[in-house]
Amino acid sequence: MAVQSNLKNMAAVLTLTCLLCSAVLGGAYALTKAPIDAAAREKTDKAIGQVLPAFDETSYEVATVDGKTYPYYKALRGGDLVGYAVESTTIGFGGNLSLMVGITPDGVVYNTSVLSHSETPGLGAKCASDAKFMAQWKGFDPSSKILTVKKDGGDVDAITASTITSRAYALAVQQAVDVVKALEDPVEPGVTETTEAEGQVEKSQTQEDPSHE
Amino acid sequence: MEYFLIIISAIFVNNIVLAQFLGICPFLGVSNKLSTATGMSMAVCFVITLATLVTYLINQYLLVPFQLEFLQTIAFILVIAALVQMVEIVLKKVSPALYQALGIFLPLITTNCAVLGVAMTVVTKEFTFGGTSHLLNLGEALVYAFATSLGYGLAMVIFAGIREHLSLNDVPKAFKGVPIALISVGILALAFMGFSGMVK
Amino acid sequence: MSNKLKLITDGLAKNNPTFVLLLGMCPTLATTTSAVNGLSMGLATLFVLVLSNMAISAIAPAVPDKVHIPVYIVVIATFVTLLQFLMQAYTPAVYETLGLFIPLIVVNCIVLGRAEAFASKNGVLASACDGLGVGLGFTASLTVLGLVREIFGSGSVFGWNFIGGHDGMLAFVMAPGAFICLGYLMVLFNKFIKKD
Repeated sequence: MAVQSNLKNMAAVLTLTCLLCSAVLGGAYALTKAPIDAAAREKTDKAIGQVLPAFDETSYEVATVDGKTYPYYKALRGGDLVGYAVESTTIGFGGNLSLMVGITPDGVVYNTSVLSHSETPGLGAKCASDAKFMAQWKGFDPSSKILTVKKDGGDVDAITASTITSRAYALAVQQAVDVVKALEDPVEPGVTETTEAEGQVEKSQTQEDPSHE
Repeated sequence: MEYFLIIISAIFVNNIVLAQFLGICPFLGVSNKLSTATGMSMAVCFVITLATLVTYLINQYLLVPFQLEFLQTIAFILVIAALVQMVEIVLKKVSPALYQALGIFLPLITTNCAVLGVAMTVVTKEFTFGGTSHLLNLGEALVYAFATSLGYGLAMVIFAGIREHLSLNDVPKAFKGVPIALISVGILALAFMGFSGMVK
Repeated sequence: MSNKLKLITDGLAKNNPTFVLLLGMCPTLATTTSAVNGLSMGLATLFVLVLSNMAISAIAPAVPDKVHIPVYIVVIATFVTLLQFLMQAYTPAVYETLGLFIPLIVVNCIVLGRAEAFASKNGVLASACDGLGVGLGFTASLTVLGLVREIFGSGSVFGWNFIGGHDGMLAFVMAPGAFICLGYLMVLFNKFIKKD
């Protein structure tokens, strides 16, 4: 029932199909680009909303601490600083583990939220669903508690059978804490919010960094 | 050292069939006999490595510069389909013996999701080595592709061996064929889980 | 009309893509860690199946025989990419969970198989029904497999936990559980549904 094949019609049909399909996709890409970006933004906004007390405006900035760059959001309420939401990424068991960590200006963790992870379902993936594990970050005060898992002598309750994920999570929180520490208490004021700040703020990251265990 | 990690991880820890679930259809389809399983594995090995090379370059030098990453799926599958056809034609002309051995498997490979899967993985997934993560460069991508297909071959050959023995056993009627095969793969996958955490 | 209905019901039992035709095994095994994940993967495939079946049945008479496979693949890949855009825009969480297996719908043998075996020889409406039937069959199998794995592996049903926060049998959520569950479900299907 299909047409006899010859070189001309084969080439013509293939070319036509490819052109048509690319055109359709190009159009669809242009149409869906805005909603896709909006979805990504909404996800970030939702995460910030979860990890910080009520605020009415945020500003996006980037900080560099210890050679790593961290996007963060400064949240204000009526002009007063309510806290920082820092995106912090470490390496878990299955790949990157990305967190949004909300920290109030006094350096206490307000809450955390998992942005993306590739941990094992049923094991490490619980870092995004296990109520007990997630609850311990609310109000975690890094000045009185140690941000490593109990197995390593710290105060973090690890997820059962997922020490590597729990360590990565604690490290990500620690990184965010260090970022805020550097922002709140810059060694040389005014230079922490840009990438030039590298050298100065390194000094503020001192004790109990589990990456050097 | 990095290459070594990639190889071990791709063959054992993240075995493409037993841990990533790619290329299951041909895995179940042609693993009845050890000889066909070997032939298929070799053909897959050849195509995966070649396809990864070509798609990696296309992605790097065509799609990324023109911000056309959204065409990845369609571009890659076309390239793979064309490549498989070309390999078939070239092989027929250049090495009839090899064509005899691999020829019948080649048409099946276009729809083997392992090929597209590996091609997509190397350009999108960040791999982690010793505390940092980054996208693979061309050399690493090729090593990864080759090692992955070796892992495919390994799983295939082990499983074909198991299946040859299974066919001699008296299996309940409802279990005959694919069901018992799947359950055996499950047990094999359980064994391969022992490798998890080996590369860290 | 009953004819069309039969096309749909055939896909569910007699031509069930997972249990009878043994097609599309990769997403079946990989994405069914929970009932919801299986359901989403099934629906994603259903979307591509119906649309590509319709498009292919419409263009089939004009396609020269020797290039029909590449043309079909391009058409399928187009719909898959469209699906990717839509999912990224409106269900980003689901898109992230299913990951690589959304673009891999392109090489799902079910889609190309239906295009080849049915859509290229039948009208648009019949092809749509066939796609719907097979797609629903696929969705049903994936949901059932996901449900079984979720019940044993996480102790929950569609996310509702019934063992009060205890751990399930982890192996069921991981790779070996996928193979073993599917094997046993196939045994049950052979025993009770596929009576020959």
